[in-house]
Amino acid sequence: MFEFKILHKGAMEKMEYLKAFLVGGLICVVGQILIDKTKLTSARVLVLFVTLGAILQGFGIYQKLVEFAGAGATVPLPGFGYSLAKGAIEEVSKVGFVGAFTGGVSRTAGGISAAVFFGYVISLIFNPRSK
Amino acid sequence: MKVRLKGTMKLGRSTYRFKSNVAISDCFTVVGKKEGQGPLSIYFDMVIEDEYAGQKSWELAEGKLLNIAITKLVQRAGEKPDNIDLILSGDLLNQLSSSHFAARDLDIPFIGIYGACSTFALSVGLASLFVDSGFAKNVIAATSSHFCSAEKQFRYPLELGTQRPPTSQWTVTGAAAFLIKQEDSSQSPKITHFTVGRILDFGIKDPNNMGAAMAPAAFDTIMRHFSDTKRSFDYYDMIITGDLGYVGRKLLDELFKKEGIRFSSELFDCGILMFDPETQNTGAGASGCAASACVFGGYLYKLLRERTFEKILIVPTGALMSQSTALLGESIPVIAHALAIEIV
Repeated sequence: MFEFKILHKGAMEKMEYLKAFLVGGLICVVGQILIDKTKLTSARVLVLFVTLGAILQGFGIYQKLVEFAGAGATVPLPGFGYSLAKGAIEEVSKVGFVGAFTGGVSRTAGGISAAVFFGYVISLIFNPRSK
Repeated sequence: MKVRLKGTMKLGRSTYRFKSNVAISDCFTVVGKKEGQGPLSIYFDMVIEDEYAGQKSWELAEGKLLNIAITKLVQRAGEKPDNIDLILSGDLLNQLSSSHFAARDLDIPFIGIYGACSTFALSVGLASLFVDSGFAKNVIAATSSHFCSAEKQFRYPLELGTQRPPTSQWTVTGAAAFLIKQEDSSQSPKITHFTVGRILDFGIKDPNNMGAAMAPAAFDTIMRHFSDTKRSFDYYDMIITGDLGYVGRKLLDELFKKEGIRFSSELFDCGILMFDPETQNTGAGASGCAASACVFGGYLYKLLRERTFEKILIVPTGALMSQSTALLGESIPVIAHALAIEIV
């Protein structure tokens, strides 16, 4: 019985990885198709993804995807939009209207600061070159 | 008033015919690592593997390449810098930075010109006018481009690591310099005609699809060259466009087909000759000032000297957008200039 439980837990973990892989991969597939088949620049795809994540979360849809796929949904760009929307909504319920302006950035502050910090550190260590 | 220089004669609306023997006496090409691995690798005079060329920025690196091309050309031609009357040079960067960097310790009179990727024909054509008129004896026409500095200025900084769409072209890293002078020996290819293009704009806004934007300009200039010179399409052994790449080249074929024009001379494109898209991941082909300049200077110039070809028409095209006009959502003005280069 005990052994079965461990086995079962391992299988569940593997399912988690699989779900994250599939959902994260599918989001990237959408981005790839947009770059290959439309004239959208990568910067526009980026903005589109963030906006889309925020709108979907505004309707509570992206939350379900996050519950299903975990990091597969939070790590790609729509996940950033999701965090912005979620933070804003939560903060509005705590402090009122002003929360719409503070909540999103507060919730994503860690990610933004980390991006600035590591971007700076990396730029000190490496020189850019062509691929 | 009809303007008539000593040797030059104007034909039709936009073609200048040089009466004296204006020759490309010598040329020097230097390219980057990727170009040095391409199908034309053995033809270039020098390959510099380091994309910084020992400098601290890409803009300086591009200037260094151009400086090397010019100084090595002067050395090989056995000329003293004092005997060079003029340098005509241009590149893709804002305010022609790399040309100005390249020329700042040369102490030779300098004119900067901008024609985007058509700069090769523009600089050689103008140099020929100076030489044919007798105002100058030795003129250097030069141009350069660099993949990294062009990406940084026109698209995205490389640090961003963006994906390139399949229609985008790969800017050639390299520089070429040409010594234009009067020369009577039949060894050196002569520039016989220079057809100045006009600005066209067909409303294409995608800076990742310049080949399609430039194809009509190449078509227009080729047609005008033939109507001005009354030459037939079969006169040339080879007609070669600058950097239309695969996408633009296909469009040019369609334009000729639509007009019902067929010709037996071969139609090539420098942007297609430069790289091998299968192994080099270069998308729709090469682009940049150095594409036509290095393919001509490295490869075609030698074929002309060996008499594999005797008459070619080279038509480099330029997409004249800037980063601000792209952000304003403006369409891309385009131009093409043509040079008839012959063994006479």
